[in-house]
Amino acid sequence: MKAEQQYIDLFTQYEGMINQHSAEVMNHFRRQAFEDFCRLGFPTRKQERYKYTDMAKLFLPDYGLNLNRLDIPVNPYEVFKCDVPNMSTALYFVVNDAFYSKALPTGHLPEGVLLGSLREMAEQRPELVARYYGKLAGTSKDAIVALNTMLAQDGLLLYVPKGVVLEKPIQLVNILRADVDFMANRRVLIVLEEKAQAKLLVCDHAMDRVNFLTTQVVEVFAGAGSTFDWYELEETHNATVRCSNLFVRQESDSNVLLNGMTLHNGITRNTTEVILTGRGAEVNLLGMAIEDKQQRVDNHTFIDHAVPDCTSNELFKYVLDDSAVGAFAGKVLVREGAQHTSSRQTNRNLCATREARMYTQPQLEIYADDVKCSHGATVGQLNEDALFYMRQRGIPQKEARLLLMFAFVNEVIDEIRLEALKNRLHHLVEKRFRGELNKCQGCAMCK
Amino acid sequence: MRNNNKSGMSAEAREMDGRQTAKRKMEEEPNRLIKQIAQEKYKYGFTTDVHTEVIERGLNEEVVRLISAKKREPEWLLEFRLKAFRHWQTMEMPAWAHLTIPEIDYQAISYYADPTAKKKGPKSMDEVDPELIKTFDKLGIPLEERMALSGVAVDAVMDSISVKTTFKETLMEKGIIFCSISEAVREHPDLVKTYLGSVVPFCDNFFAALNSAVFSDGSFVYIPKGVRCPMELSTYFRINAANTGQFERTLIVADDDSYVSYLEGCTAPMRDENQLHAAIVEIVVHDRAEVKYSTVQNWYPGDVEGKGGVYNFVTKRGHCRGVDSKLSWTQVETGSAITWKYPSCILGGDNSQAEFYSVAVTNNYQQADTGTKMIHIGKNTRSTIISKGISAGKSQNSYRGLVRVAEKADNARNYSQCDSLLLGSHCGAHTFPYMDVRNETAIVEHEATTSKISEDQLFYCNQRGIPTEDAIGLIVNGYAKEVLNKLPMEFAVEAQKLLTVSLEGSVG
Repeated sequence: MKAEQQYIDLFTQYEGMINQHSAEVMNHFRRQAFEDFCRLGFPTRKQERYKYTDMAKLFLPDYGLNLNRLDIPVNPYEVFKCDVPNMSTALYFVVNDAFYSKALPTGHLPEGVLLGSLREMAEQRPELVARYYGKLAGTSKDAIVALNTMLAQDGLLLYVPKGVVLEKPIQLVNILRADVDFMANRRVLIVLEEKAQAKLLVCDHAMDRVNFLTTQVVEVFAGAGSTFDWYELEETHNATVRCSNLFVRQESDSNVLLNGMTLHNGITRNTTEVILTGRGAEVNLLGMAIEDKQQRVDNHTFIDHAVPDCTSNELFKYVLDDSAVGAFAGKVLVREGAQHTSSRQTNRNLCATREARMYTQPQLEIYADDVKCSHGATVGQLNEDALFYMRQRGIPQKEARLLLMFAFVNEVIDEIRLEALKNRLHHLVEKRFRGELNKCQGCAMCK
Repeated sequence: MRNNNKSGMSAEAREMDGRQTAKRKMEEEPNRLIKQIAQEKYKYGFTTDVHTEVIERGLNEEVVRLISAKKREPEWLLEFRLKAFRHWQTMEMPAWAHLTIPEIDYQAISYYADPTAKKKGPKSMDEVDPELIKTFDKLGIPLEERMALSGVAVDAVMDSISVKTTFKETLMEKGIIFCSISEAVREHPDLVKTYLGSVVPFCDNFFAALNSAVFSDGSFVYIPKGVRCPMELSTYFRINAANTGQFERTLIVADDDSYVSYLEGCTAPMRDENQLHAAIVEIVVHDRAEVKYSTVQNWYPGDVEGKGGVYNFVTKRGHCRGVDSKLSWTQVETGSAITWKYPSCILGGDNSQAEFYSVAVTNNYQQADTGTKMIHIGKNTRSTIISKGISAGKSQNSYRGLVRVAEKADNARNYSQCDSLLLGSHCGAHTFPYMDVRNETAIVEHEATTSKISEDQLFYCNQRGIPTEDAIGLIVNGYAKEVLNKLPMEFAVEAQKLLTVSLEGSVG
C-alpha cells in the first residue's frame, strides 16, 4: 500500500467527523487541501526540497488519530514541572494538538490579547481568524502542509493587538501523550498587529514510550514595527517524528527572531519560510541540533527578500555523534529591485564519528545588484591546536573536547533574547554533551 | 566586420587605433562608443565559405551507423554508439539547472558536418583547403610553421572534423600521442578502447549519452610513463556549418609520473538559430601524474536581444586514479547563450589533489549554470574551488557545486570560494553548493559573497583620470586575477581581453 492511501481513505471516510469537531474557518480549506494532497502525494527524495528525508517512509506506519476529540486524561501540571528557574512565564499547555484550557495561569493578559484554542477562537471570532488562517501556508505545493490542513482540527491562536507589549514571555508546552502509536496535527496562528511585541517559548515533549508523529503548521504575521521572538526547543525521544512548517510574513520595520533547538529527537524535519514584505524588516533565523544514535535533523529554510532595505541573518550549528544524520538546506532569494539587502547565512557542523553524516546546501539566488550577501558552510572537527593548548594547561582531553563543543554551539544560544532561558540552555546543553540528559528534562518520567 | 578589413595591421596596432578613435568619438558623443562596441563585440562571428558535407538532419540508428561508417570505425565503437543511443532514447532532458532552455528539436539538427570532404583528409599543410587555414589564421590559431616559435601544438577541429594537428612528429619522438580521436581509434585502438567511457560512462547523463552516440571528432592525448610534455597542447574548436551540432570528445590519459598542460578554445559564427554543442572530456591521471586543463570558452553568445547563440551542454570529468596525482581545471567562460557545464574530479588515488578555477561572465541574455564536483574517495585528498561569476545585462549566472567526502576518504580537505559580481540591476547571480560529508576527519569549507563594484572604487579611479569603462575593466580583471593567473601565458592575455570585451557597454 502506498503511504498516501491510508490518509486518503481516512479523510474520505471521516470527513464529516473531522469537520464536526472543528471550526468552519478551518473546514473551509479541507477539501482543497485534500485534492492537493491527492495530486501531490508524499514528496520523494528526488524532489530537491526533500532530498535528505524520505517523507513517505515516515508516514507509512499506522498511527492512531483523535478525530473524535476525546479528552485525553492528563494533568500537565502533574507531569511537567517548568524547568527554567528565574524565568517568569505565562505557562500554557497543548496536549497533542488540543489547547489545554482546564488550568490556565493566573494573571490577566493585557486588554485585547487573545490566546487560546484555535478552534474556539475560530468559532468566537471567525472574521479575525479567517483573515489570516491558511493565507501563508499554501497547500498547492507542499504535501505535508496539505496533509496538515486537511486533518488539523485544533491548535493555538495568539493575537496581539496594535501597540500592545507582552512583558512576560509566554511558554507553551506541547505534550505528546498517548497509549498507542499516535499522530497529532497541530496548527498555530500568531498575529502581531502594528508595533506589538511578544515572546514565545515552545517546548516539545513526549510523555509516553510509543511512536509519535506530529505535523505542525505555524503561520506568523508580524505587523509593521512589531517584535516577535519564537524559541522552539525539542526534547522528545527517539521514536518521535516531527514535521514542522513555519511560515512568517514580516511587514516594514518588524523584527523577528526564530530559534529552533533540537536537543533530543527521533526524526525531525523543520521547514521555515520567511517573506520580508516591508522595508526595514529584519529576521534572525537560528538553529542548533545536538544529535547522536540514529537521530536525524533536517532543516530547510527559505528567506524571501521581496522589498529593498531588509536584513536577514541565519546561523545553524550541528553537532553529530554516533550515526546521526544532519541536513541543512538554506536558500536566500533576493528579488529584482530588492536593493540594499543585507543577508548573511552561516552553517557550521561538527562530525564526531565516521558514521555521522552531514549534508549542507547553502544557496543564494540574487536578482539585485546593490546588495551585500554572503554565505558560508563548514564541516569539520574540533581544532586540534585548541585541544592541545588546553591539555597543555592541564585540562583533560575529555573536558577540553566538551569545552570546545559548548563554545561551538554557544554562538547560537547567545543570540537568545531571554536571559533566564539562555542560562538554562547552557546548562541543558552541558548535560546533553555529558550524556546526562537522557530524556527530556523536566518531565516526571525521568525524575 | 571592421577588424577583419584591416588585416594588414597587427592586433595591437589595430587595438590602439581603435582605442584612439573611440576616445575621440567618446568626446563627441559618449553613448556612441558603447553602442558601437556592443554591436561588434563578438569578433569571431564570421563564417567560412568552404564546401562542407553535411548529412541529413535528424537522429536515428541509421544516422549513428552512418557517422560510424563515415569514420570507418571498428565494430566495438559502433556497438558503443548504439548502446548509448538506445539509452539516450529512454532519457529525458534534465530540468534541475537554473536555466530556461527552450525546447530543443533533436531531429532538426544535423549530426555530422565535414568541411574537408572535398579532399580525402589533409596530409600536409598544402593539401588543406586554404579557406580553412585562413579561418584559423583569423582566429589567431597558429597552424602554420611560421607560428612554430609560439611553441604550442594545436589540433584544430572544425565542425565534426579535425583539420590539422601540428607538431605531431616532435611529440611522437617522446612517445606522446596527440591526434584527433578518430585517428586514435584507427591507430591506437587498444588505448582508446581501454579508456573511452571509463570516466564518463555513456549512461552518465542526457547529453553524455547523446554525445556518446554521435560524437564526431576531438583530441586524444596520451602521455607515456615519466614523460613531461615539452609544450602546451591545444585544441581549437570551431562550429562553421549552419544547423549542425558539434559533439566532440576529448580523451586525455596521463600515465605514471607524467605531466601535460592542455588548452582548449572555441568559437562559432554569428547565426540567428541556436546551435547545439554537447561535448565530453575525459581525463585519466595515473600515479604521480599531473594534468592541467584550461579552457577559454567563447562560443557565440547570441546578440543583445538574446537571439541565436550556442547551447553549450558539456560533461567534463577527470579521474585521479593514481596516488599523488593532480588535476587542475581552469576555465574562462564568456561565450554561449546557455552554459551547462561542471568540470569534475574524482579523487580516487590517495593523496591526490584537484583544483577548479573558474571565471564565468554572462552579459545580455546569456545564462550559465556552471561549477564543479569534487568526489573525495582516496585518503588525504585535497581539493580547491575558486569560482568567480560576473553577471551583467539581463543574464543569469549560477554556481553549482558538489563536494562529497566518502566514508573512506580520511583527512579529506576542501576549500571552496565562490564570489559573484553583479553589474546592473536586471541580472542574477546564484550559488548552489552541495556538501555531503561522510567522514569525520574531513574538513570542508565553503564561502561565498555577492557584491557589486563599489562606488568608492569607481570614484577612486575616476579621480585619477581613468574613465569609468576602463575602471570597470580594471576592477573586473583584478577580481578575476586569482583565476586568470592560473592560465598559461597565451591564454591569460586572450582571456583578459575577452573579459573586458564581453563586459564593455554593460555598465550604465
